[in-house]
This record gives sequence, structure tokens and C-alpha cells, in this order.
Amino acid sequence: MEILELLSHGLFLAIQPMNIALIVVGVTLGLFIGAMPGLGSVNGVAILLPITFLVPPASAIIFLAAIYYGAMYGGAISSITLGIPGASTAVATTFDGRPLALKGRASLALVTAAIASFVGGTVSILLFTAFAPPLAHVALSFGPPEIFALMLLAFATFVGLGGDDIPKTVLSICLGLVFASVGFDQISGAPRLVFFGISGFLHGINFLVLAIGVYGIGEMLWTLDTTRGKITSTEARMTFAGIVADTRECFAKAWKGMSIGSFLGFFVGILPAAGATPGSLMSYGVAKMTGRDPDSYGRGNPDGVAAPEAANNSASTGAMLPMLTLGIPGSPTTAILLGGMVIWGLTPGPRLFTDQPEFVWGLIGSFYVSNFFALVINLSFIPLFIWMLRMPFTILAPMIFVLSVVGGYAATNDMHDVWLMLIFGISAFFLRKFDYPLAPAVLAIVLGPIAEPTLRQSLLLSSGDPSIFFTRPIAGTITVIAIILILLPLVGVIRRKLRGTNKASA
Amino acid sequence: MRLGEIVTAAVLAALSIYMMWKSTDLNIGYVAGKGPGGGAWPFWLSAIMLVCTIVIAFNWARRTSPPSRSTEPVLDADGRRMLLQVGGGIFVFVALINVISIYGAMALFLFYYLWFLGRHALWLALTISIATPIAFFFFFEALMRITLPKGMSFTDPVFNVLYDIIY
Amino acid sequence: MAKHFNILAGMAGAVALGVMAVTPAAAWEPTKPVDFVIMAGAGGGADQIARFLQSVAEKKDLTSRPLVPNNKGGGSGAEALIALNTTNDPDHTILVTLNSFFTTPLRQPDLGVDITTFTPVAMMGVDPFVLWVHKDSGITTFEQWLETVKAANGEYVMGGTGTGQEDSLVITFLKDAYGLDIKYIPYDGGGAVAKDLAGQQIMATVNNPAEAKGFYEAGDVVPLVAFSDERLPAFPDVPTIKEKGQDFSYYNQRAVVGAPGQSAEAAEYYQNLFKTIYDSEEWQGYMTSESLSPLWMSPDEQKEYWALQVERHKELLANMEE
Repeated sequence: MEILELLSHGLFLAIQPMNIALIVVGVTLGLFIGAMPGLGSVNGVAILLPITFLVPPASAIIFLAAIYYGAMYGGAISSITLGIPGASTAVATTFDGRPLALKGRASLALVTAAIASFVGGTVSILLFTAFAPPLAHVALSFGPPEIFALMLLAFATFVGLGGDDIPKTVLSICLGLVFASVGFDQISGAPRLVFFGISGFLHGINFLVLAIGVYGIGEMLWTLDTTRGKITSTEARMTFAGIVADTRECFAKAWKGMSIGSFLGFFVGILPAAGATPGSLMSYGVAKMTGRDPDSYGRGNPDGVAAPEAANNSASTGAMLPMLTLGIPGSPTTAILLGGMVIWGLTPGPRLFTDQPEFVWGLIGSFYVSNFFALVINLSFIPLFIWMLRMPFTILAPMIFVLSVVGGYAATNDMHDVWLMLIFGISAFFLRKFDYPLAPAVLAIVLGPIAEPTLRQSLLLSSGDPSIFFTRPIAGTITVIAIILILLPLVGVIRRKLRGTNKASA
Repeated sequence: MRLGEIVTAAVLAALSIYMMWKSTDLNIGYVAGKGPGGGAWPFWLSAIMLVCTIVIAFNWARRTSPPSRSTEPVLDADGRRMLLQVGGGIFVFVALINVISIYGAMALFLFYYLWFLGRHALWLALTISIATPIAFFFFFEALMRITLPKGMSFTDPVFNVLYDIIY
Repeated sequence: MAKHFNILAGMAGAVALGVMAVTPAAAWEPTKPVDFVIMAGAGGGADQIARFLQSVAEKKDLTSRPLVPNNKGGGSGAEALIALNTTNDPDHTILVTLNSFFTTPLRQPDLGVDITTFTPVAMMGVDPFVLWVHKDSGITTFEQWLETVKAANGEYVMGGTGTGQEDSLVITFLKDAYGLDIKYIPYDGGGAVAKDLAGQQIMATVNNPAEAKGFYEAGDVVPLVAFSDERLPAFPDVPTIKEKGQDFSYYNQRAVVGAPGQSAEAAEYYQNLFKTIYDSEEWQGYMTSESLSPLWMSPDEQKEYWALQVERHKELLANMEE
């Protein structure tokens, strides 16, 4: 087995003392960067890139990969403890992570997130090791129509996510999709929807600005209003025995979400343009759809934490695949890693595996080691995050507001976005009062910027003929599945209505 | 609540109409052989939003949605005070960023919240509101190399000294 | 608040005095981190170059304050131009540009940006363009390609980074010069274009060698013609469009400019800084490996070059609108 030999060589490289030290530092740093709302792996990797010139290329990329892993684990921490998704990949983690934390089960949520991340990471590294080159060709066969079909599928898995009020849910989705199109029309190359001619809208409405506004400001105001400021602290305690019990509970209740997330996340992650966010959203949707008790999702089901967390870690590793084998970044973070490789004098692309086996397998080896250390370091920091949660609410609340404002600025370096975030926050507070579900808007603003251009690219390809989504084999299959999924709940609603009217008439 | 429900729907309807109008800067139709124009996506989605607000208004008239039946006020006296104190506090915080730097504004906001709203002891309020900006400064400017707003130029002497320390 | 800063300033001041005593009073130097604006989003070709420049400065410890990269790619770079135009600290704001420096103000006149007010700093090199096809198409020469496009009768699909972007101007030139009918699909970056060419979602592209390099080395894509003045050292067998009898060449500039109203001392500082980076082994090596052509210019020459390019792009854009 040539692969095994190369891999063991890679593992050996990754456990050199200096590389281990870099992994530990990188993972810890990444964990905090990821936990900070507004900062994600992109910032961590971009900012620390120049530092890596002090060490040899193999160690440098190991360091960056460790930050990347750490940040992926860290994203879940702010989603669970603060209820603010620190990065788009962690949106789905808030759906069940936050309710668990509010129920005083923050430790279970954090442990589940850590373990699911580890499982997802491990599964994808194994898939990566075994199938990297052939999978690269799968990625290439996904053109605009296939990616659009995939986005349709992502929406379809979320049909059940909205509230009971259908017009308000639809309105929320549309609002997110329209906001996603603000700024610039990629196809015609013209500015679009620059509200009131304010130049800050030229760069569009960043997902984080909406998410931090809705979850950081709006949700906090809502909590203050409904509890009259009476919640003092959550009943979270943390002991070693507690972690063990949580681990057991996590495996018992969340194994299904973990396995769905690990595999689905990987396959969505290897597609450039799709990436970790749709992967984690779809995994959550599928876990909920196939769950024994779908209604318990969104109310604090550990499975709903495990699925997106396993998926986003799995997808992050998956996103490395097109970068290494094709030289195409699957996400902004891998784009910067790619830039780093160019700077170190490596040419990512189809020949990297044959020309630079030592580098490639050293990197893969470091995935295994980073993933292991990320789990250990994350688990050991959980008591710290639990302790934070036990602070009086009158200390925690202003801290969350400060984090939101700083995060809103750091996302785009623009004061315009801080104001926008504040407006979104206050509006979200009122909309929430009138039962408007806002999660669909947040999801739509993530998926919209992928869905619209691919839709229009596809129609340009087919000269305006929409049958292109059905006639291409991969796109056709995905589209049909998506349409069935969208129609299923409708059938259910109609049947219930019919039965309801029958009863009424009877 | 009942009044609020229809006002919210009306505001959202106005927003949809504005966005529809704004979308017409670009082609909102279907260009033969090329697919939808640049304004089509936001235009038609805003149009769906408008339809939704009409349905919401219709449900309001029929009193089928919970908020349209509720007789509770949207915000009672406590709620109004909370929104004014907390929301207003954040507003002032953001407004002060361009004057006394994000760090200064942060310190003021934390002190206001902890001491005035939270009624914590003075020493605790002071410690947190002084320590937090310092921690943020070192995390962002020194470690992450992200520059946060420094306010108007009169803060320069302070930051120039700080820069000499970290770089 | 004021109090806490005073105390802090006092403490720090003592430390700082010690530091300052060592540094000799020299010419102008930045006193704050330099806002290093990039006219493109994170991860693209322009971003890569900016981060490379920054890392060279960092590695050699060339600046007393760091260059802090700040991606402002919104509106085809309009956002970056506005940021420079409205900055209240022009001495600490510089911009890495590409050709949208010329095209964006022309295409969006209501931005109110006049690039002649910007301060020239350095021309780090120019990025040539090459026409690529997939190897499975069987096309090996430019003439063959012309025939194929004509035979496709409007069904020939090319991809690029968007209407009005650099590659679309070259494609417009090809259309006009040879009477071609081509379907053009805009993508959000050169990397995505290269990927969809390798996956045969599109049939040909006009792209910088840097973006297509990996696929070229693997033999997936074939270069047909270069839009440079002379044959590119990395592709000695690829003819130029000039050899094909067209008086045309097109490059993407990789230049650094200062904000309008930058003081002469600050401009001189940055000019010297980027001259040092330009001469570094790292940058020279990068230019070779990424097939950039060197084109060093003095500040005055840069100003002339800008005027020339604005006129040139006016023409190119006018052709496109027809």
C-alpha cells in the first residue's frame, strides 16, 4: 500500500516536536478566533499568513491548518453560549445549541459539538486519504446548473424550519434573498439596490451583519424584555464526571446526526462554490426530517447540534480537496491558504500530489493530528465557557452587546455595517414580537448569493431554456429530489386541511 | 399588539415597494435567450413579499393570527424603559465610536450598563469597563492586526503611544 | 474613561520614551498601521498579490507600522475608490489596484471619483492575458479556434470574470476583430473560471497565466494565443495576437497608489518602500513564477500611463456597449 506508507511518513512529519507545538498554538488561537462573533477562520488564516514565513513551508501550512480546525470548533462556542453564530457555518448550530444552553445543558451542547466536530473531521480525513484524486473529478462535473440544483435542495431541506405562520415565513425567506442581491449584479456588472445611494451598500449586506443584528442585538433585547431582566444565570455546572456523562448521552442521542453530518458535509464540502455552510444546513435539515421526533429539533435536541457541527468540520476538510487537487478554493479560507502555497513556491493543482508528495501527505498527516488536538483542547476549555455563562446576566448582556458591535465592524471594516446591524437588531426585536420567524431570512442571505448567479449562469448557458435543470443527469436528479421534498409538506398540509374540514362538516 | 401587527405589515409592504422600485433600475424582465435580467431576482421576490404582507393584513382583518387577537400592548411601561435604556445605550455607544474611538465608547457603555443599569459595585464596574477595552486592543490590534476605529484625531497621542508598545 | 486613558498613557509614555530615544529622527514614517486597501475580495488574484507584498514587507521588517490588508471589492472596486477618496488620513491609506482602477470610474460616473487626484506610488508589474481551451476540444492553433467558433454559430460558450472586467474587454476585441458570435458567462473570480474550463462547463477563457497555471502544467488546458507585446517567457511556443496581424495587447496592472491628498513626504516613503519590495528577490521570483511582466515606472511616468489607460479604456468600453 503506497498510500499507507506515504501517510505514515506524513504522520511522522506532523508529530515532530516543533510541528506539534505549532498545532497546539494554532488550534488554541483558532478556537478563540472562531468563538469571537465576526471573526472566523478567514481572519485567522489571513492574518497569520505572514508569520508563517519564519518556518519551513510544511510547518507553515500545518500551522494554518491547525488554526483552520480550531476556528471550526470555536464557531460552535459562540453559537451555543451566546446564541450568536460566529460564522455562517455555525448558523445551524444555534438552532438547538442555544435552547440547550438556556435549559442549563450548555455543557451537553458543547461536548456534543466538540465530539461531533471530531467525528466529522475524522470521517472526512479518512475519505480524503482514500479517495482524494478520483473525487476531484466529481467536483469538476458540478457546473452552474448542478450547484443551483444543490441550493434548491438546501432550501428544500429547510421547508419545515419556519414558524406556523406561512405568509410570515415566506416573507422572511424572500427578505433574505432580496438582501442577498444588494450591492452588485455579477452578471450584468452593474450596481444594484444601493439603497438611498449609500455607498456602504455597494459591498452588499454581509451575512454576519444580519446574523449578529438578529441574534446578538435583537434576541438579547427580546430576552431582556420577556424575562424582565430576572434571569441571573443558567444552572450550568461542570465536573469531570459531568463530561463523561455528557459524552455518553451525546453518543446515545446524537449518533445519527453525527453520521449524517459527516458524510453529507464531506460531499457538499468538496464542491467549490458550495462549501461548509450549505453542507451544515442540509445536514441539519436531513437530520430533522429523518428524526424520530422532528418537533423536538429547534427545542434543544443534541442531534440538532451534532449534525451541523459534524458537517461543517467534515466540509472544511472536504474543501481542502479541490484546493489541493485542482488549485481551486472551495471557500474564502482555502483561497487564502492557496495564496500561501503560491507564496511558498508550491503550485496547487492536478500535479501537486505527484510533484510534492511530502508536502501533501505531511498536510494530511497534520489533519489527523490537528483534529485530535482540537478535540482535547476544546474539551479542556469547556469549563471556562461554562463559567462565563454563570456570570450574572447584567454582566453577560453588555459583554454580548460589545462583542456584537465589534464583530459587526470587524466583519467588513465599515462603520456603515455597524449602524445597519443596529437597525437589523431593533427591527428583529419587533418582528420577533409579531411572530415573524427570522432564521429563514438568515439562511436565505447565506444561500442567495450562490443561488442567484448560478441560476442565471445556467440560463445563459441554455439560452434561457429552464429545462437545463432537468436534462443534465446530475442536476436533473438533484432538482427532482428537491421538488419532491418541497411538495411533501404541502401534501401534508392539504391532507390535514381536508381532514379538518371533513371533521368540521361531520 | 393588534395595531402593531398591521403597522408592521404596512412598514414591510412599504419596504417591498421601495425595493421593487429600486430593482427597476435594472432589467426586471426575461431577456430572450439570456434568462432573467439583473433586476428580476430582487423585483419578483419583493413582489412576493408584498403579496405576503397583503395576506398578513387579510389574516389581521379576519383575526386569525395570534398577534392580531392579542389585546396586550406591544411594549408595556417596563418594556419601553428597557428598550430606551438598553437600545438607547447601544445607540449612543455606536454614535460615540467615531468620536472617542471604539475603545473609549466601549468603556463608557460598559460602565453605564454595569453601574447604572446592572447596579453592580463601583469597583467591579470600573474594573470590567477598563479591562475590556485593553483586552480588545491587544487582541485586535496587536495579535490579529485588525485596526478598529480610533475616533477623531484628538485620540491620536494616546494611540501613537500604544502603537509604539505593540509594534 | 478619559481618566483611565490618561493613566494608561502616562504609564505607556514612559516606556515609549525609551523606545523613541533609540530611533533616530528620520524622514516621514507612518505613526499608525497603514490601511492597505485591496480593490478585490479575499482570495482572488489581486488579493494574493497584495498579501504577498504585505508579507515581504513583514518578513524583511521594512515598515515601522504594519500594512493591514483591507478587502474592499464591492461594486467592482467602487467601494475601494470611495474609501480612498473619503479617507480622513490620506498619509496612512494606500491601495492595490487592477484595471478596474480605470474602468470603474468610467462605468460608474456618478461615483464622483477622479483617479488623476490619486497619488502614484509604484507599478509592480503587469499581468498578461492568454486565450485557453480544454485539451479535449482538440484545438491547438488560434486559426482552428476561429473556425470552431464560427462553425458553432453563436453556441460557443466562454467564461470570464464579468461584463466590463478585463477579460471581457479582450473577448469584445476578439468578437469585433474577427466577427465572432460568442456566449459569455460571468463568474465571480478567475479561479472559478479556470475550474469550469477544466470541467468543460465552458469552452474557452481569456485568463491570466497565474490562474490557469496548475491546469496547464497538468495538461488539461491549452494556451492558443497571448495578448502581450512579445511572447511570454513561460510560453515560448504560444504566438502573440500581434503576430496574427492585430495591433492589440492588453495587460492587467498590478500597481499601488496612494489616497488623494497624500503629503509628498508620505508618498516618497511609500515609493521607496515599494521600490525596495520590487527589487527584492521574493518579488522578482514571484513575477517569474506567476508570469508577470516587469514594468517599473517613476511617479510621473505612472501619471502619464494612467492618462493613456483612461483613454484606452474609454474606447474599449465604448466598443463593448455597441
